[in-house]
Amino acid sequence: MIRIQHLSKTFNPGTINEKPALQDIDLELNRGDFVTVIGGNGAGKSTLMNCISGVIPADCGTILLDGKDITRLPEHKRSLYIGRVFQDPLKGTAFDMTIEQNLAIAFAKGKSHGFQPGISKKERELFREKLALLDMGLEDRMTQKVSLLSGGQRQALTLFMAILVKPVLLLLDEHTAALDPATAKKVLELTDLFAESPDMCTLMITHNMSDALSHGNRTILMNDGRIAMDICGEERDAMTVESLIEAFDIKNDRMLLK
Amino acid sequence: MMSFSAVIGSVELGLIYAILALGVFLSYRTLNTADLTVDGSVVTGAAVSAMLCSIGVHPLASLLVAFAAGACAGAITSLLNIKLKIEPLLSGILVMLGLYSINMHIMGNRANLALLKSPTLYKIVESALPGFDHSALLVSGLFLAIIVIGFYLFLNTRLGYCLRATGDNEYMVRASGINSNAMKILGLAMANGFVGLAGGLLAQYQSYAEIGMGTGIVVIGLASVIIGETIFEFFAKSIPLLLRLVAVCVGSVLYRLAIAFAISAGMPANDMKLISALIVTVALSVGPLKAWGRQLLGSAFSKPSGKEARQ
Repeated sequence: MIRIQHLSKTFNPGTINEKPALQDIDLELNRGDFVTVIGGNGAGKSTLMNCISGVIPADCGTILLDGKDITRLPEHKRSLYIGRVFQDPLKGTAFDMTIEQNLAIAFAKGKSHGFQPGISKKERELFREKLALLDMGLEDRMTQKVSLLSGGQRQALTLFMAILVKPVLLLLDEHTAALDPATAKKVLELTDLFAESPDMCTLMITHNMSDALSHGNRTILMNDGRIAMDICGEERDAMTVESLIEAFDIKNDRMLLK
Repeated sequence: MMSFSAVIGSVELGLIYAILALGVFLSYRTLNTADLTVDGSVVTGAAVSAMLCSIGVHPLASLLVAFAAGACAGAITSLLNIKLKIEPLLSGILVMLGLYSINMHIMGNRANLALLKSPTLYKIVESALPGFDHSALLVSGLFLAIIVIGFYLFLNTRLGYCLRATGDNEYMVRASGINSNAMKILGLAMANGFVGLAGGLLAQYQSYAEIGMGTGIVVIGLASVIIGETIFEFFAKSIPLLLRLVAVCVGSVLYRLAIAFAISAGMPANDMKLISALIVTVALSVGPLKAWGRQLLGSAFSKPSGKEARQ
């Protein structure tokens, strides 16, 4: 499904600020996997995602998506196979455009961007029907600008846009970190719902260790640009937040917050 | 007092400048970049159109070439920014500077080019409609109407959506599989295409092109955009896209009227650019000015509320 081999990235090489962010990462995700990624600040979680999505080029290594080598593809071409939700709710949507226009852009992924109408009647009906899944009343506000939505609504909309045209891989970079607990819970529930899709694998970075264990089917812990732990199945079921902390001596206050 | 013909003249000019203002709207509002190429590309459009008219090319065809020439200038500015990582503002300045020489070359190394004996769109329509006094108004108005409608329709195509989203949020655009750089190039090319077209129409309207006609034009375009928006926002909080485009056109005409009025009231024509700069400065600083005003008024007039009084 997705196979990462020998992926490395060093920031500011040859300078006093040299920082190896990823060191020879090998990772294989299977169809339907929902992997949670944890690790302290600077462990390389976001760098890993940015290398996969093409925001930053990797120094070496290969990334294969469904057998296709995407290592050298520009970001926007990789996006055809990858759905993304960012930590910042402002990054996921075009604020000065309406909800349905945003959806139309997401829906046109991989199609030709020409002089056809931006949104058709049929698409509008489809969006309305599908938006109801979010259970946020957005289906009745489709012609409102996204700038009027709350952070949680935007994040839910971004998540919805990311999976609208069935990506092979869904990347979530702490997508609930900027939300209040109740909204974060709601967005996580939606994440669980969408991640159930058997043809897609999901990679979710989180700072919340109990979320990391209670969502998905596999958990990766990163440390110093390496994968320090990779658990699934019974081993993961038996894991608790306390034993995680004990086992890896994690000294990061933010990660302790449940 | 302004004469009726001066009012009509200002409206005619305002309608032409509105096309330019729509270009500025596209770069400044839609794409979120202040594009200074405009000062050069408007002259390029005028020079190209005037030169082609003077050698016998149909005036309408010359306008198409003026559009294309402006679009090339805009694309170069965008490429400097994207490929060579030069700041957008500086890219615009560089292209504007370079265009000066190019414009001189286009006009055959002359600082101005008169179209006294050559056909122009305005002359053609005027002679086709004998007895009709306002053919210039008709030509400019018709041109503008076609462009506003065409531009509006374009902004509502899938490509138009992508362009608008690029100005809003590049991350989202790239995450949606769209090449944001291509959108930026397209956007600036289109914006300067409009500017070039306006330049060409202007040259035909006044029957000459002149190397210095672009100085400060970008500010006039900005002024039109801001004046129009400010007035329309006075009536409604959120303005639909088509009305925003109309607002820009209204702003352009009002700007011309205001300038004509000031000149007829005795303002020296040389002060025009200073006044334009002042208008745009004030218009751009509406936010902070309002905040200061509230502070001043607040400290002078506000009474302590009940809660504060109790404390």
